[in-house]
Amino acid sequence: MKRLVLLGFVIAAVIAASPVKAVEPNEILEDPKLEQRARALSKDLRCVVCQNQSIDDSNASLARDLRVVVRERLQAGDTDKQIIDFVVARYGEFVLLNPRVNARTYLLWGGPALVLIFGILGLVFWFRRRGKIANDGLSPEEEKRLAELLGQTGTEGSDK
Amino acid sequence: MTAKFSLGYFLPAILTIVLAWVFWSYLGEIKDGKSIQDLPSALIDKPAPTFKLPGISAGDKGFDSADLKGRVALVNVWASWCPPCRVEHPLLMQMAREGIPIFGINYKDKPDAAMRFLTELGNPYQAIGADRSGRVAIDWGVYGYPETYVIDAKGHIRYRHVGPIMPHDLAEKIRPLIKALGK
Repeated sequence: MKRLVLLGFVIAAVIAASPVKAVEPNEILEDPKLEQRARALSKDLRCVVCQNQSIDDSNASLARDLRVVVRERLQAGDTDKQIIDFVVARYGEFVLLNPRVNARTYLLWGGPALVLIFGILGLVFWFRRRGKIANDGLSPEEEKRLAELLGQTGTEGSDK
Repeated sequence: MTAKFSLGYFLPAILTIVLAWVFWSYLGEIKDGKSIQDLPSALIDKPAPTFKLPGISAGDKGFDSADLKGRVALVNVWASWCPPCRVEHPLLMQMAREGIPIFGINYKDKPDAAMRFLTELGNPYQAIGADRSGRVAIDWGVYGYPETYVIDAKGHIRYRHVGPIMPHDLAEKIRPLIKALGK
């Protein structure tokens, strides 16, 4: 019972712990609207040091510097696109956690649709062939063999 | 039943080959068998960023991007707190002795620590700019330390090396490139 209570406590603690964000209080902009845009932008920018975290999540010092750059440019009146372009010009499209649609990413974006199309085509062919086999009826040889087998059971039956 | 030739039987094999080719071609982008964490620079074949950095100590001449024009040069981003920078330092010294111009960007360093590093290991740099805020490094797309860039005579970035330069990097990549660009 004691163990159960302890386990419950641990689970509750894990659930209650909200994800701690890397954004430090002194980085936050006074204007809540700008800050919201800054957060949204930094969630889509990859931290190139940690690579699987956004700069919004990462504690790396480069991520912090980039968060500050994003906020400075917002305050200077840049549009979201200008800010993203600014970072992409320096670090490449790899920093976009939401990749752009272009020649290099057609397969990435189109992949799921392609798999779906192939899957549907596969199913269509499969059902068609199954239907065809079922409706074709028997070939003359098969008819003959069937008649033989039926004839056999017939004689067995008459023995009774 | 007759075994008729049907493309359908080969479809899985064809798909597998096509996918393997796609994955392989993407793998090919990971240059010279290095870690996938080594990113290609976004600035290759583009002009080096424009900047003007002060020197490490007050009164030092600093590093102006205009210094890069006119000849093939290396730009090395380093810091005294970065152990791999120590590892590659002897190679930088060797290149400097051979007359290859090397410029330094001293990244987020304390002046006295940076000066101690240079007194202890030697100074291969023609000029050093102190990037205390790390902003110039962001303009270069720096994400790991050290990083070394090869700049051509027009001031365009031609190559980026992330991490310490090892003798084979020098022999296989950097030296041949400097030679080719120098012609």
